[in-house]
Amino acid sequence: MKYEILKLLARNAKYTAEDIAVMLGSDEKTVENEIKQLEKDGLVKGYKAIIDWQKVENPYVSAIIELNVVPKAGLGFEEVAEKIMKYDEVESVYLMSGVYDLNVVVKAKTLQDIARFVSRELATIDSVTSTTTHFVLRRYKEMDVELVGEEDDGRGQFFI
Amino acid sequence: MIDYSKVLNPTVTDIKPSGIRKFFDIAATMDNVISLGVGEPDFQTPWQIRKAGITSLEKGRTKYSSNWGIMQLRTAISDYMERKFRVKYRPDEEILVTVGGSEAIDGCIRAVVSPGDEVIIPQPSYVCYEPITRLAGGVPVIIETKAENDFKVTPEELKNAITDRTKLLILPYPCNPTGAIMEREDLERIAEVLKDTNILVLSDEIYAELTFSGKRHASPASINGMWERTITVNGFSKSFSMTGWRLGFACGPREIMDQITKIHQFAIMCAPTTSQYAAIEALKNCDEDVEHMVKQYDMRRRMMVSGFNKIGLVCREPRGAFYAFPSIKSTGMTSDEFCEKLLYSKNVAVVPGTAFGDSGEGFIRASYCYSVEHIKEAISRIGEFLKEI
Repeated sequence: MKYEILKLLARNAKYTAEDIAVMLGSDEKTVENEIKQLEKDGLVKGYKAIIDWQKVENPYVSAIIELNVVPKAGLGFEEVAEKIMKYDEVESVYLMSGVYDLNVVVKAKTLQDIARFVSRELATIDSVTSTTTHFVLRRYKEMDVELVGEEDDGRGQFFI
Repeated sequence: MIDYSKVLNPTVTDIKPSGIRKFFDIAATMDNVISLGVGEPDFQTPWQIRKAGITSLEKGRTKYSSNWGIMQLRTAISDYMERKFRVKYRPDEEILVTVGGSEAIDGCIRAVVSPGDEVIIPQPSYVCYEPITRLAGGVPVIIETKAENDFKVTPEELKNAITDRTKLLILPYPCNPTGAIMEREDLERIAEVLKDTNILVLSDEIYAELTFSGKRHASPASINGMWERTITVNGFSKSFSMTGWRLGFACGPREIMDQITKIHQFAIMCAPTTSQYAAIEALKNCDEDVEHMVKQYDMRRRMMVSGFNKIGLVCREPRGAFYAFPSIKSTGMTSDEFCEKLLYSKNVAVVPGTAFGDSGEGFIRASYCYSVEHIKEAISRIGEFLKEI
């Protein structure tokens, strides 16, 4: 049930305990307690809206920065990853397989702000050997939600 | 000047066009209409099925197939029917691939019904059985199934409907619009009534994959003594979300299938080849996709049933298909009135129960082929509507 609740909350964080109880054939109190527990245990970290910032005036810009890092003995990538994640500009940090090590998503007001952040903050970290910056030009889909395309699902008014 | 009223076939001109079409034409022109009307899945056809269709096109498989359908598909259907519903059909002479379940129903009725033959049709049910029976010169005999029987056909109702002229019984389960299913025990009692008669059965099982609360669909042909009298119709539209591919099939004893196939051969030639190749993929590799869709429908179903009951419309638990069929009798309105007023005052479109036969009076059909959010919004508007009347 825990897993089912998580899947539903991931789909729509605004589902109430009652909604989820009805959908899963459980009762409201049980679901409410489960959700509280999930929050307490840190499985549910928070609830946020999915916003199409492209429709907002003066939105922010974001970039994906690929970092190559020399891992430290005994600490691996942890130390540098934890340092990088503390910056407010950093939206997410992932350790990657493949040709580079850390994938850092950065957001800021302008392209210049990002360039400055990368060159002054990220590139200067000792163990970082190189950075590659990719600016995001357009967002098509965000957290499972399509941001472009038709609202219409293609079904006609075929009632019977 | 041709006087068309004199030249057209009266059997056809006498068929009433669907009475609610005008109503929904109006709905289509209104803004901000939130509909619970549509009778087709909102899911996309699973990608691997679409890909199989694309691949067949890339390979240039764009010719007619055998009249019966591609052998590989018929073999897959045979395996599928046995695996899922415990009924055995030989791919070489007992399975016909058709243009949707609709064509299979049409072919079946035309192949067995002669002028004057009676066809027993339980209602409320899908709208096609009555007109197709009339086109074949048959006489529809309606069984009005009852809410208190969960809209199942009872053996008594069946006995009362049978005459010397009875040729065919339609079993439209899982049922559009009532959501009723016939369980194994229910079917055994029907089989008992039909035993020692020559009455055939057309079992329309297009919603067979969509049953809930752990109940699997029971196929009439799997009941003792029923195989020889049953034509089983199924298809890909509802279970695999493939409505636009227009693909279904009919299975039954060779003697009947030979005749249906003759009609199919002259009227249709063969089902669309691209769809047939895609369907092979559906039957072989898409159990998980179906499972996922059924699970989503189930959550929506609970949401809708609980919603209707909460706002004061008594709604029995639909056990199959993807419709709820709540009673609106408490409002004192007819189904048509209710639907029209609801559309104009709250911009919510639902289908009056009477669209599925007179016995649908006092009910509305609401489809749950919509997101949970959509369903909640629609029900909340219907709740407001109920408070205002």
